[in-house]
Amino acid sequence: MSNKKEKQKNIFEKIYEVIKTMASKPSGLIGLIILTFHVILAITSPLYVPYDYKAIDPSLMLTPPSSEFWFGTDSLGRDVFTRTILGGRTALTVTFFGSLIALLWGGSLGIFCGLVGGKIDDVVMRIIDAFLSIPWILAMLLIVSLLGTTTLVLIPALGFFYGKGIVRVARAATHDVIAKDFIVSARARGHSNMSIIWNEILPNVRDAIMVEGAMRWSWMLLGFSSLSFLGFGVSPPTPDWGLMISNARGLMSFAYWAVLAPIFGLSSLIIGINLTADAFAKALGIDRSTKAPV
Amino acid sequence: MFFLVIKRILLGLITLFIVSLITFAGVEVLPGDACTTYLERQAFGQALEACYDRLGLNVPAYERYISWAWGVLQWDFGYSLSGEMKINEVLGPKVKNSLVLASASILIGIPIALLLGIITALWRDRLPDIIISTVTIFSMTIPEFISATLLILIVAIWLEWLPGIVIVPTEASISELLPNIILPVIAISMIMTAHMARMVRSSVIQVMASDYVQMAILKGVPYWKMVFRHVLPNALLPAINVVALTIAWLLGGVVVTEVVFNYPGLGRLVIESISNRDLPVVQALAIILASIYVGINLIADLATLMLNPRLKSLQIKK
Repeated sequence: MSNKKEKQKNIFEKIYEVIKTMASKPSGLIGLIILTFHVILAITSPLYVPYDYKAIDPSLMLTPPSSEFWFGTDSLGRDVFTRTILGGRTALTVTFFGSLIALLWGGSLGIFCGLVGGKIDDVVMRIIDAFLSIPWILAMLLIVSLLGTTTLVLIPALGFFYGKGIVRVARAATHDVIAKDFIVSARARGHSNMSIIWNEILPNVRDAIMVEGAMRWSWMLLGFSSLSFLGFGVSPPTPDWGLMISNARGLMSFAYWAVLAPIFGLSSLIIGINLTADAFAKALGIDRSTKAPV
Repeated sequence: MFFLVIKRILLGLITLFIVSLITFAGVEVLPGDACTTYLERQAFGQALEACYDRLGLNVPAYERYISWAWGVLQWDFGYSLSGEMKINEVLGPKVKNSLVLASASILIGIPIALLLGIITALWRDRLPDIIISTVTIFSMTIPEFISATLLILIVAIWLEWLPGIVIVPTEASISELLPNIILPVIAISMIMTAHMARMVRSSVIQVMASDYVQMAILKGVPYWKMVFRHVLPNALLPAINVVALTIAWLLGGVVVTEVVFNYPGLGRLVIESISNRDLPVVQALAIILASIYVGINLIADLATLMLNPRLKSLQIKK
């Protein structure tokens, strides 16, 4: 009992250490601040939005920014400020749970493949390679157009498509530790496979997989907002940055505010997540810049 | 060495074979088939039968796969659903237009990326690096559709320097296309260049810290000679593969950018065929884009093999 408690405390201490290292560099600190701001905004914004996000008012069409409407109104007379502070909620939720799914299935399959090796490993890796070579946008568009754009479709679909890259990383990390002496001695001590995975392999590959998951999060956000932008993401009355940009784009020659506000929201969130993921990777000692966005 | 090359090519072909199976099976497994999705509510009785007959959907799946795959090998993708046109006739000019766009972006992007990567690595943590690295982080993370929209707003609408959307027809010649692709090329190459510059930077920094570079410095090799003879050849080699992966990622970006600029290429065809549920066209696009991806990676693999003397003698490299 006391042993377990100590272990838990160590995990919290480690998280604290990692966050402290991340915040010790200006880029990491900025990333953490932006990300925290967006998360708090996404959770609390429904409590203080000034207007109803779906209230259409033709008499207020394309009003420029004023003290009444901070960011002006869009082509349907809806308040852009209201829609902008609500616009990240869907994107954040979908991509957060999506990357959790990606992390779980990609990580477990990767560790499994690295562990068993041989024919199974070869076959699985060929299939993963094949999936990697289908452009993400085509596959996502196809799934979404055939199964619908509800959150329940988007989360597993994104989770599946962004998880295949994690398989490779987890497999490579497992390969690196599998030949080490402590695994051999654990086998000699007669530990079961599950115990070896849980106690010997996982602690050693966890960092690599988690960094990979953080990176997937930022790419998934990019992918998700591209889908919304193309009209295959969130369905219309829901405020979403990608969708707002695509709707306001046609009229931006005289109503630039309706397009700039969501652009600012989405860009700052993506930059925040990226800086955080960068700092996270650095804090765990992994160089992110040698990875391509697959 | 020879076997290694053959092995890589075979692996690429196997990957493509699996891709063709996945796209074919995917369309089979997902609810509805080409006819029911295309005809929607009229999908019953004679109309459905006629459509099945026209597309040959009556025969078993494996037979259809074989005839489809055989056709693909001869650049024949069958007929599209909506226009009843041969797909390869629709594809031809669009593939050309997209290739013009992509290769222009690559040709402009790679030299700039190399230059920026080397500058940031050599002046590491000093002013040039800090400025360029900050800019790269921005241009790398901001999605294509945002940078494209901002480019249109600033350059085309506010400054009125260049046309904001492309209005040339699909069959336009390259010289007609060129003035129109300036903004799309900037939007596409921004992300790609930033990614590559970062890779080149970290690769150069790694090599600079290696023992033989320290040795060269101690021997008194002049700085620039050391950079060009000892550092760059070794630093750029591992970057080739990652650059190939970035180019493949660009395929997705091209789709989005083409939509923003109304460019008559593959990207718009992707969106149109998916909105119209034109599954034969989607299948054709999937296999074409996957071939481009596999091809680029194969070229990168082979280039790494050719350029790396250490790998030439290495038989087993996983």
